[in-house]
Amino acid sequence: MNIDHHAPPPPAGPVPWQSDFAVGLLADMVRIRRMEEKSAELYGAGKIRGFLHLYIGEEAVAVGALHALSVEDNIVATYREHAHALVRGMAMSTIMAEMYGRREGCAHGRGGSMHLFDKATRLFGGNAIVGGGLPLAVGLALAAKMQNENRIAACFFGDGAVAEGAFHESLNLAALWKLPVLFCCENNLYGMGTALERSESQTDLCVKAASYNMPALRADGMDIVAVHETTKQAVQRVRESRGPVFVEYQTYRFRAHSMFDAELYRPKAEVEEWKTRGPIHTFSARLKAEGKLTEEQFLALDAAANAEVADAVAFAEAGTWEPVEDLLKDVHTPEGVAP
Amino acid sequence: MSRTLSYREAMREAMHEALANDPRVFLMGEDVGRYGGTYAFSKGFLDEFGPERIRDTPLSELGFVGAAIGAALGGMRPIVEVMTVNFSLLALDQIVNTAALYRHMSGGQFSVPLVVRMTTGAGRQLAAQHSHSLEGWYAHIPGIKVLAPATIEDARGMLAPALADPDPVVIFEHAGLFNMEGDLPDTRDDLMVDIRSAKVRRIGTDVAIITHGGSLSKALAAAGQLAAEGISAEVVDLRVLRPLDTAAIVAAVAKCRRAVVVDEGWKSGSLAAEVMARIMENVFYELDAPVARVCSEEVPIPYAKHLEDAALPQPEKIVAAVKGLFA
Ligand SMILES: Cc1ncc(C[n+]2csc(CCOP(=O)(O)OP(=O)(O)O)c2C)c(N)n1
Ligand SMILES: [Mg+2]
Repeated sequence: MNIDHHAPPPPAGPVPWQSDFAVGLLADMVRIRRMEEKSAELYGAGKIRGFLHLYIGEEAVAVGALHALSVEDNIVATYREHAHALVRGMAMSTIMAEMYGRREGCAHGRGGSMHLFDKATRLFGGNAIVGGGLPLAVGLALAAKMQNENRIAACFFGDGAVAEGAFHESLNLAALWKLPVLFCCENNLYGMGTALERSESQTDLCVKAASYNMPALRADGMDIVAVHETTKQAVQRVRESRGPVFVEYQTYRFRAHSMFDAELYRPKAEVEEWKTRGPIHTFSARLKAEGKLTEEQFLALDAAANAEVADAVAFAEAGTWEPVEDLLKDVHTPEGVAP
Repeated sequence: MSRTLSYREAMREAMHEALANDPRVFLMGEDVGRYGGTYAFSKGFLDEFGPERIRDTPLSELGFVGAAIGAALGGMRPIVEVMTVNFSLLALDQIVNTAALYRHMSGGQFSVPLVVRMTTGAGRQLAAQHSHSLEGWYAHIPGIKVLAPATIEDARGMLAPALADPDPVVIFEHAGLFNMEGDLPDTRDDLMVDIRSAKVRRIGTDVAIITHGGSLSKALAAAGQLAAEGISAEVVDLRVLRPLDTAAIVAAVAKCRRAVVVDEGWKSGSLAAEVMARIMENVFYELDAPVARVCSEEVPIPYAKHLEDAALPQPEKIVAAVKGLFA
């Protein structure tokens, strides 16, 4: 089996990036954090409804991984996808408007938090069926292969999806047909309240993936350097081999699964322990120690993130409602519109 | 000029034409390639079009139907063959939760131009797990279109417009029809079928028999018997199960003032129930008798021939139901 168990690099090692690039990635993580914190608050205020799944704690994964992909690549994500949409380039205001259910949202209020779609940045959802996005990514990769396009498909999913048939069917198909798929498993140790060892007979997810005859890599998902470097390597392997690669990002969500979760299934101490490894403060500390970031810079990028959030909220607040007369719109493609 | 073709040959010719005319079209499914298709619909295709476009899949209904959806999103025009409706239950999630919803859920950003074909129906002593008629379930779902070609003409002519449709289309092919033969015109233009409307297959004045798929031939047989007894039956082939052609149903019932709905699905929650509801909503005051229906009995379809026959709609049951309206 082809398992490359990469030991997580030492946390204090030098960051192998130019300071601009490093600070840019840090800024993206902060933008996500501030957006998510505000979303939680807005949920409490009743502005955002339905299900809301926050990415707080996992920021290094989406930021590190997505920055290793090209704008031409196809992205499939889960219902915990605000970060992915934002990093791909959807305006925060558009995301916020969608969460408000506004007409100005990416899906005009049809999707909400779990269904962010963006044709311009090739984000194919926002899929709220656990495992539902994996076959889709396989098909997007198949289309790319059949049309001789260079793009690959990157599919994000949680550890919970690994128990679904869709996971196994998709990995098998992608490997069997040699399709350019990057399987990105965000292993935050729990699927809702079910810990990995309570749902899997084999908890080493790389072993599972490797059994489908594809390279399987592992990265410390709390360390953006490890995430990005591992993903870069994985993406290169997908592009060169035109076959699939699996990456497991070991991460942790600091907040509840959704807004309805008493968190009875995990000890508070465990959460606190993981928070000490928080991707934002550990990375900014490293950058500062290496002289690649000043406190002023950090405060400035944080202020910029907060301002962006404030603008996004103002935009969503000022948004309009899709007219009820348009309720039945977009069930089918209108006559004469190409798909 | 016309020529005689079987249903199987008609469908094969339609797929062949699509594959030859559009490089984006490809066929995928279990045993569509080397085996030549479970029902030999794609015999010879692998040699002609190659393994990239005639794609044998593993036994992974969820996986390959989902992959076909992804391929459609990525610019291809897949025809995915699910061996039978019975196994489509393993792919239901992708059809219902992805294909049907993506256009709406994305606010109109992503359409899924996908064609899913599957065999449906009972009547071949295959027992309960191979005899479902679940097209009524699919017809419940907004976002997909559901077709049921019941004639050679429709088997030949529905695929091209289904592929041209920007949204997912599910085609149900009744296994009892594959060896049926009929005449087709020679010219291509005459082959295109309108996939929005029902079609009257026999004109009559006394009762409208409304049906689709594998039950059409039974309804026509019943109409023949009824004619001998002085009852003139009009037979409406729904052929588009979603969206239903309400106008055609209404027109036939308004004219005949009596109606029997024939559906191989089980009675409870059936497509027949939906057709009856539309009759009530639209032509209630034109009716001379309550609307009747002939559906499958509420039992898993049994193996033994006499039991299977008894479970399914049959011409005699249709005749009896019609006569009941004149009692
Ligand atoms: C097929 C399916 N089953 C159950 C659910 C309900 N559900 C939503 S999220 C979730 C947990 C999934 O966990 P994981 O894949 O690890 O992702 P995470 O939420 O941890 O990011 C469950 C069970 C669902 N949405 N889809
Ligand atoms: Mg999880």
